[in-house]
Amino acid sequence: MLASCLAATTIAVLVLSALLISIAIEGTSALSWSFLTSFASRKASQAGILAPLMGSVWVCAICAIVAIPVGIATAIYLEEYARRSRLKSLIQLNISNLSGVPSIVYGILALVAFVRFFGIRSNDDPLTFGSPESFMYLQIPFGPSVIAGGLTLSLVVLPIMIIASQEALRSVPQSLRQAALALGSTQWQVVWHVTLPAALPTIMTGAILSMSRAIGEAAPLLVIGGFLLVFQTPTNLMSDFTVLPLQIYNWAGRPQAEFHKIAAAAIIVQLVVLLAFNSIAIVIRQKLQRPLQS
Amino acid sequence: MKTIPLPKTNMDQSTTTPTSSTSAPTVPVALRPPSAIEMNSLSAWYAKNQVLHAIDLDIAAKQVCAFIGPSGCGKSTLLRWLNRMNDTIPGARATGKISLHGVSLLDAALDVVDLRRRVGMVFQKPNPFPKSIFDNVAFGPRLHRIYSRTDLEELVEQSLRASALWEEVKDRLSSSALGLSGGQQQRLCIARAIAVGPELLLMDEPCSALDPRSTASIEELIRELRTTYTIVIVTHNMQQASRVSDTTAFFYEGKLVETGATDLLFTTPRERRTEDYVTGRFG
Repeated sequence: MLASCLAATTIAVLVLSALLISIAIEGTSALSWSFLTSFASRKASQAGILAPLMGSVWVCAICAIVAIPVGIATAIYLEEYARRSRLKSLIQLNISNLSGVPSIVYGILALVAFVRFFGIRSNDDPLTFGSPESFMYLQIPFGPSVIAGGLTLSLVVLPIMIIASQEALRSVPQSLRQAALALGSTQWQVVWHVTLPAALPTIMTGAILSMSRAIGEAAPLLVIGGFLLVFQTPTNLMSDFTVLPLQIYNWAGRPQAEFHKIAAAAIIVQLVVLLAFNSIAIVIRQKLQRPLQS
Repeated sequence: MKTIPLPKTNMDQSTTTPTSSTSAPTVPVALRPPSAIEMNSLSAWYAKNQVLHAIDLDIAAKQVCAFIGPSGCGKSTLLRWLNRMNDTIPGARATGKISLHGVSLLDAALDVVDLRRRVGMVFQKPNPFPKSIFDNVAFGPRLHRIYSRTDLEELVEQSLRASALWEEVKDRLSSSALGLSGGQQQRLCIARAIAVGPELLLMDEPCSALDPRSTASIEELIRELRTTYTIVIVTHNMQQASRVSDTTAFFYEGKLVETGATDLLFTTPRERRTEDYVTGRFG
């Protein structure tokens, strides 16, 4: 038994390290400061990832601003307020199912809802709010813009965010809620002063892991029409965008070997970003997660 | 929704009959202080399961009343109806009447948040919040916004002194409450309950998770607190009931079997089942 488990672990580690080593060998030569600060180019030697890097930052920031509060609020409703009912189990079942739905399906939904706005208003004649100089510049329908990308990713990570927050809230001992109630707290005061602070480190960990999922998504953004070659960084919510996974997909699919090299370099950048996210999650877990009960 | 406020200070009326609260509780029935709590034919259910059967019981003000009885006899359920903590359990309901200083506690329009502010509760396992010692005690007053900052510091000190914890923690009020020992944590929970200014203190087996030494300090504290608060304590420990309480109520299978002055109930019980239980023949 021990031997087979060990063998399984070894295989997994070997495959992973083979992958990492091959990427490192292929990609490191293309990594340089100018690679991080240049736009895409027809010549592989001059191409860089500034646009997808900044695109990823914008899209993930929008995704976080939407998905984290909505996810936490949903979890609070389901865990602290909703009484046991058919409706609650239905919602719960749906959330668990949605977390397993392929992300490309969310892309199709987002294409209809965000990019085309259900066809209610044509993309050629949009409703405009603000001026293009302001970063809050907004048009409805969104079209394949940064905001559409961020909202799409928030759909993808919302179920994960909700489930992580629910588990965090559930792990807060019932005795703390009872103590607060017995002191004359209202239900909301219990949540705000006791349950949420106690669950926050775990919720934060869940949020960061959700974000690291979002930053690696390519499929739903491909469906909504994320651009493969962009020659500017986003300046407002309506800017065109591309993200790292899309850029990697673009370069890796080209026949020339030089582009495979810079694809590998972009993968390295992507992995470093992911690793940074996960390290932050671990640090938060270690630093903030005090024992809730002695 | 209309809410019925509880009377502010009924405690003063209940002290018109002085009792020497430190001596053995052998006050004749006629001289007992007026009741703080009156229950009339109180029955309670969890879903379809009836756990209390027509309880009639009066609890005197500024005395310690102990609820004893084997596990599952309904004593904790009864305690949790006194501050309506059972509201949080789906399917829990009660009929009959409980009144605290004349205010009906089972009234649907009662403001339970206000009630719980006036009825403190100490739980079986110490459950301090994962906050500092100061913040634990200040939690209730801050919630109800009844004190300014300087008052708050004073109030925290008073509450910690009242729960005999001040000397041990006065130099580390800002450190985590979770660093205290079990007995200290439980006294902190008592301080936290006192800080809100309750009239009634409910204690649900407050020593069952503590070692003998901490238990002794909590019992001593209960005897001191009796001069200020009406206390109802649920306990499995017969010696504890006889040490700390003035009156004792014995429950068995959801019924009140016998109630009376603690020393009488333990030495000359009227009921056979009480005698069997207090002498340790069952339970």
